[in-house]
Amino acid sequence: MMPDLGPYAGPVIWAYVASIGLILVLVLASWRRAVRIRRALEKAEGQSRG
Amino acid sequence: MSIWEYANPKKFVETTTPLLPWTFGLSGLCLVGGLIWGFFFTPDDYRQGATVKIIYLHVPSALMAINAWLMMLVASLIWLVRRHHVSALAARAAAPVGVTMTLVALVTGAIWGQPMWGTWWAWDPRLTSFLILFLFYLGYMALWEAIADPDTAADLTSVLCIVGSVFALLSRYAVNFWNQGLHQGASLSLDAEKNVADIFYYPLLACIAGFVLLFIALVLMRTRTEIRVRRIRALELRARRAEART
Repeated sequence: MMPDLGPYAGPVIWAYVASIGLILVLVLASWRRAVRIRRALEKAEGQSRG
Repeated sequence: MSIWEYANPKKFVETTTPLLPWTFGLSGLCLVGGLIWGFFFTPDDYRQGATVKIIYLHVPSALMAINAWLMMLVASLIWLVRRHHVSALAARAAAPVGVTMTLVALVTGAIWGQPMWGTWWAWDPRLTSFLILFLFYLGYMALWEAIADPDTAADLTSVLCIVGSVFALLSRYAVNFWNQGLHQGASLSLDAEKNVADIFYYPLLACIAGFVLLFIALVLMRTRTEIRVRRIRALELRARRAEART
């Protein structure tokens, strides 16, 4: 299944690992912050009502 | 119905709630599909060998690095002219996405450049303008963090965004301005000339669609987060004022 990348296997694999890693870090960090802030807002709105 | 209605934070959050899962889902589909297609089912290039597979990450990320800044420019101009807070927050939300895309383009470019040019880096017009664009992104994000008053921060970052746009455009057209350096001309352009063979072109289009949709999804999600941060601050301020009165 894995294509034969010949002498360029290292650069190609590293390019994919680094790029997908950076994108995953961005998506996860954005998602975690979104969840944290949404919860904080719910708490703050609850306090302001009660 | 006017487009400016979406500048209302509540309306923006309401409208984007059903859009978010679709944009994330479609971007995942295009990205995974495009990358698998490009990596596993396209041949090696006759000159560049297997390194041509880096094109599916390098070109879309470079494209988004420039266009993210241009989106920030439009949002900044809307802020400066019409004072819509959502547009300033959208520009702020796009910066971390743009800086990541720029970093991906720089890293994949260096990894691709080493076997093809024999060097990780050259002070080539396109590479250098991209590095400056990356530094502008960092400066833009730092400026937002450094200023406490959100309106002043939005004003100053908007001005910085206008200045940085020179480098965003330069990084796109540098190879046309200066016929020197190692970097080749644009792989994709709006003119009729096609610089990429069909077998690489279609998976590349799928990856570009994936990157564009991922950018939209992330900017929507991050703008909603910034709107909520503003709301929390407003509630905290209101609570402090109520406490001071009692």
